[in-house]
Amino acid sequence: MIKGNFIDNLPKIYGIYTGGFIAFIIIMAIGEQMGMTAKAIGISFVAFTVAIYAIIGWLSRTAQASNYYVAGRSVPTVFNGMATAADWMSGASFVAMAGGIYFKGYGYMALLVGWTGGYVLVATLLAPYLRKFGCYTVPDFVGTRYGGNLARLCAVIVLTVASFTYVTAQINATGTIASVALDIPFQYAVYIGLISILLCSMLGGMRGVTWTQVAQYIVLIIAYLLPVFWISNNIGAGFFPHFMLADEVARIGELEQQFGFVKNSAADLATVPKGLAGITKAHSEVNATPWAFISLALAMMMGTASLPHVMMRFFTTPSVKAARKSVGWSVFFIFLLYSSAPMLATLSKLALIDPNLSTGIIGRSVAEVQAIDWYQNWNQANLMYVSDFNGNGTVELNEFFMAGKAVVLATPEVAGLPYVISGLVAAGGMAAAMSTADGLILAIANAISHDVYYKMIDPKAETAKRLTVARVLLVVIGFAGATIAAMEIQGILGSVIWAFDFAMSGLFWPLVLGVWWKRANKEGAVAGMVLGLLSGLFYLIWVRNGGSGFLGITQLTFGIFGAGVSLVSMVIVTLMTSEPSSAIQKMVDDARVPAGTQVISQK
Amino acid sequence: MAKNAQHWEKTKGLLIITLALWAIFSMGIFLFGAEMNTVTGPFGYPLTYWFTCQGSLGFFVILIFWFAGRQEKIDEEFGFAERGED
Repeated sequence: MIKGNFIDNLPKIYGIYTGGFIAFIIIMAIGEQMGMTAKAIGISFVAFTVAIYAIIGWLSRTAQASNYYVAGRSVPTVFNGMATAADWMSGASFVAMAGGIYFKGYGYMALLVGWTGGYVLVATLLAPYLRKFGCYTVPDFVGTRYGGNLARLCAVIVLTVASFTYVTAQINATGTIASVALDIPFQYAVYIGLISILLCSMLGGMRGVTWTQVAQYIVLIIAYLLPVFWISNNIGAGFFPHFMLADEVARIGELEQQFGFVKNSAADLATVPKGLAGITKAHSEVNATPWAFISLALAMMMGTASLPHVMMRFFTTPSVKAARKSVGWSVFFIFLLYSSAPMLATLSKLALIDPNLSTGIIGRSVAEVQAIDWYQNWNQANLMYVSDFNGNGTVELNEFFMAGKAVVLATPEVAGLPYVISGLVAAGGMAAAMSTADGLILAIANAISHDVYYKMIDPKAETAKRLTVARVLLVVIGFAGATIAAMEIQGILGSVIWAFDFAMSGLFWPLVLGVWWKRANKEGAVAGMVLGLLSGLFYLIWVRNGGSGFLGITQLTFGIFGAGVSLVSMVIVTLMTSEPSSAIQKMVDDARVPAGTQVISQK
Repeated sequence: MAKNAQHWEKTKGLLIITLALWAIFSMGIFLFGAEMNTVTGPFGYPLTYWFTCQGSLGFFVILIFWFAGRQEKIDEEFGFAERGED
């Protein structure tokens, strides 16, 4: 059935895979009709998809350094776009984004703009030039461009701080989903999640991660879009929600007027289970100041351009030209999900609050709502709660509480979709969290194995030994992440946003100026990375401990301060010290021309 | 070297145009978020709301492909384009 080489057959292979996955969904739907239990469906979905990823991971095993680090630089643009989109969209994007929009409205949408707009910076300022450089990792670029082990080590440290902050949240998300779908305690589920993640990356490195990420993208996008379209049709909102929900958005505004946003007393709120929130903000009105919106978007955009696990995806394309185009494809595939999240939030909110819809619970009696099946399920899972604060026996808008992730997890059931969709959503969330965790763990392990071990400690190491070190590090870092995740210190989204701020504090200017300012030198870059990261970190600690902050920079946007310090210190220190050697300046010139061989040759 | 310098000048020119458009659609328009939202935008959504859901996001996709195409033209003009397929 499959002839010729693997790359030429990619469309066919993934076409068959997609068809197979859809067939699996249909089989599960039939199974449900024939009396398969919800639990069995959930387990089947997660087990089936994870098994496929593991098989892909095994088929992609390799003993070559270039395959392990950059997938042999042979990934076509469209497929690299899908892999980047999966790498990018985390468990948080999948599970928490629609919920954030549902509760916070406009102020939260800055994240959507930031998390797509950042790719314009990636495409114009960095990706093509770093690709031409021919580095294996981001610190590899910093170390070669500026020269010296100190700059390289600083870059490894910034990368590790940013990516590790991010990865614990992802392992946490895989654990949460595995614990729900497989019905096992979270502390064990975290390690099941981790093993699934390592199965994808350990044998094949970047090559394995690339081809599993493409597979994971297909699962997650089907799992996100199918329910959105289905729900929209089920509640009669239109068959193509993205173009047809204007009336629904207006209707929510009307209902908000009618119900009003009643503020609950602190004593009443204390009775609401932790982590649940009520609707307190208008759905489509501008509820944030311009600077609050713009600063958050800017922080996310500069963070996007500094996150190494994203940047290294563009090292896998066959050419510089392909690197640029593949950034475009990446944002296109991300756009498919991000533009659907606000639609899901709209549908979910309308389904729950509109008294004209059979699913609406506002205005119905408390006893009646408490008797609904889905309410009982999600209440038991601690994701939904109603209370009768004013004692009138009716559920008011301010008496209904929900967790952010319930928007994605519960809406299908609320809107009357079969359980098979909930199983599909669990598989999608698992795919989103796994693919991001894989990219992050690989970024950290590769930086330490390639830049610290191979380039600094043992430059004569043979390939086999290097790859063994890389794999051992992968496992060690994975377990460290899982152990911290098992402690459940922090919510999913908080730490994700911090990762962007850390990355931009330390890496944004050293990367950008490395390409665009030939005069930039080692001393300046080291100062930029160290002072940027430290000042960002101190600002965060200060604000977290009750500091007032300045310029409206919050704990979510502290990277703006860190990157500002980084830029100033890098420029001043560079100008105070001598210009880089002519060999390094020649390197920068070479990186600016797409044609010709890579700037550095790799073994 | 003159050829390289010219190529870089043109590349920088394209960068500035691209980043200006990027700044407008990622930040500039949101300076007027409240005013713009009273206007009805595409498909009947309030205009600012539409930009945050679809407009700006979709624009970035188009902008990056446009940029990639223009940069390729510049590279070809100076004979710096890579040979071979994508």
